[in-house]
Amino acid sequence: MNDVQAAISIRGVGKRYASGHSALRDVNLEIRKGEIFALLGPNGAGKTTLINIVCGIVTATEGRVFADGHDVARDYRAARSMIGLVPQELATDNFESVWDTVSFSRGLFGRAPCPRHIESVLADLSLTDKRNSRILTLSGGMKRRVMIAKALAHEPRILFLDEPTAGVDVELRRDMWALVRRLRDRGVTIILTTHYIEEAEEMADRIGVIDRGSLILVEDKVTLIEKLGKKQLIMQLCRPLPEPPPGLDDWGLELRAGGTELVFTYGNRPNIDLSALVRRLGELSIEFSDMRTHQSSLEEIFVGLVSRRT
Amino acid sequence: MTATRAPRRFNRNAVIAIYRFEVHRALRTLIQSLVTPVITTSLYFIVFGSAIGSRMHSVSGVPYGAFIVPGLIMLALFTESIANASFGIFYPKFTGAIFELLSAPVSPLEIVLGYVGAAASKSIALGLIILATSALFVPLHIMHPAAMIALLLLTATTFSMFGFIIGIWAQGWEQIQLIPALIMTPLTFLGGAFYSIDMLPPAWRTFSLFNPVVYLISAFRWSFYETHDVGIGVSLAFTVGFLAICAGVVAWIFRTGYRLKN
Repeated sequence: MNDVQAAISIRGVGKRYASGHSALRDVNLEIRKGEIFALLGPNGAGKTTLINIVCGIVTATEGRVFADGHDVARDYRAARSMIGLVPQELATDNFESVWDTVSFSRGLFGRAPCPRHIESVLADLSLTDKRNSRILTLSGGMKRRVMIAKALAHEPRILFLDEPTAGVDVELRRDMWALVRRLRDRGVTIILTTHYIEEAEEMADRIGVIDRGSLILVEDKVTLIEKLGKKQLIMQLCRPLPEPPPGLDDWGLELRAGGTELVFTYGNRPNIDLSALVRRLGELSIEFSDMRTHQSSLEEIFVGLVSRRT
Repeated sequence: MTATRAPRRFNRNAVIAIYRFEVHRALRTLIQSLVTPVITTSLYFIVFGSAIGSRMHSVSGVPYGAFIVPGLIMLALFTESIANASFGIFYPKFTGAIFELLSAPVSPLEIVLGYVGAAASKSIALGLIILATSALFVPLHIMHPAAMIALLLLTATTFSMFGFIIGIWAQGWEQIQLIPALIMTPLTFLGGAFYSIDMLPPAWRTFSLFNPVVYLISAFRWSFYETHDVGIGVSLAFTVGFLAICAGVVAWIFRTGYRLKN
């Protein structure tokens, strides 16, 4: 992918702090225009450091970053103008009103005042009736909305959401997901970090997994689940078995739940004939009362990926 | 959503946004921003101007009450310039809101113009209010009004820049107070705000010449009464030199990211 196509292009980025701690190592990543990209990783993996480098808050020790082809260090005005950032922390002047703080953000990013746009952003985030309220008086969820409004005030083309739904209730989380989708529909590229794998599974087009400063995987969400996910056929037996039946050795079945569940793990192998297994069970007089399939969630894949490295 | 346009050479909107935001905060806290310094200055007039002034007729040919006016304005100007600018940049550092400034398409010059400009404006406004207040207590005559305004501007800008540096350097509220309390206040009180250094014994007079505040107050008093402790040229050279040093330090801070960026 070349720079013109990529919304964000990260090339060989590393970050070593003065203490000697290496937060990022040789990170290479291309984020496509208009996609929702979820960056997953355990605490301290380097997600926020990477975002902060792209946004100009942290200086990379090595490597280069481009936003829509603009070098974020050398051509910072053009690069930063198109980026909006919603940080993890609810960091703003608590004594200002919602309207003033959002208007301030727009001006800071070089845009002329536009009350109509500010009104539209506040309406999108259900903040219209809070426009004159001091931020101090708002709930945590409302403050989170204000942070998003500030990031959207200058009409960015690329939006970073660092843990956008941390500590918010389910309703607000759903509202935010809807907002993110609306933004994507308007052509905004969205990069989000989250601890809620469900969030990434629900929204992301592609997933990146970062662990201990290294980007260990970047994959299309559907492909990732297909590739690394397990598919299982689970049969609830009428009578418990002491051990897997010898006549089914070729199938590699396992017994679970005290011998009451017979599990066949078939991953993503093509042309699996499950009816043959059912027939074979019948031949061996193994009866089952229920049958279900299970596919690994993104969370299981993520936990598997990270735990494999520890 | 329209395409985002980058500010080309100068992010005027950002400077205006920072400036307005900072001035708005002063208006929001009008009592502590303006009323408190005015009350403090009035108390100085009562204590020094009336109590001491009644026993001391004139200094360098100027009635004592009027003599201390430039020093009092300078005292407020130093204190408020440093306090306004240091708080302006320290507060977003303290709350974490500095991320927005660091991620915005603004140059160091634009940041300084916004914060230092707002801090200097607030202290100049305060200086003028104190000047007007003092006119209620003593007869005032300004010999060189243009020079007075120019010195007001120069001093406010210089010390706002100094305050900006303190705000970036400080890692806690106590450090914000440290330099103003431990260095600036003693230097100001010993800098001829309430007396002429010619009144001091020769050894202390020589010692006072190492106090930079002496030069600022002397030049400012000259603009009022054409009386001065040191030459106006020396005073100006000192102030401009200090401003240049502050500008150099600010440039270094932004180049290295000292206490702003990791």
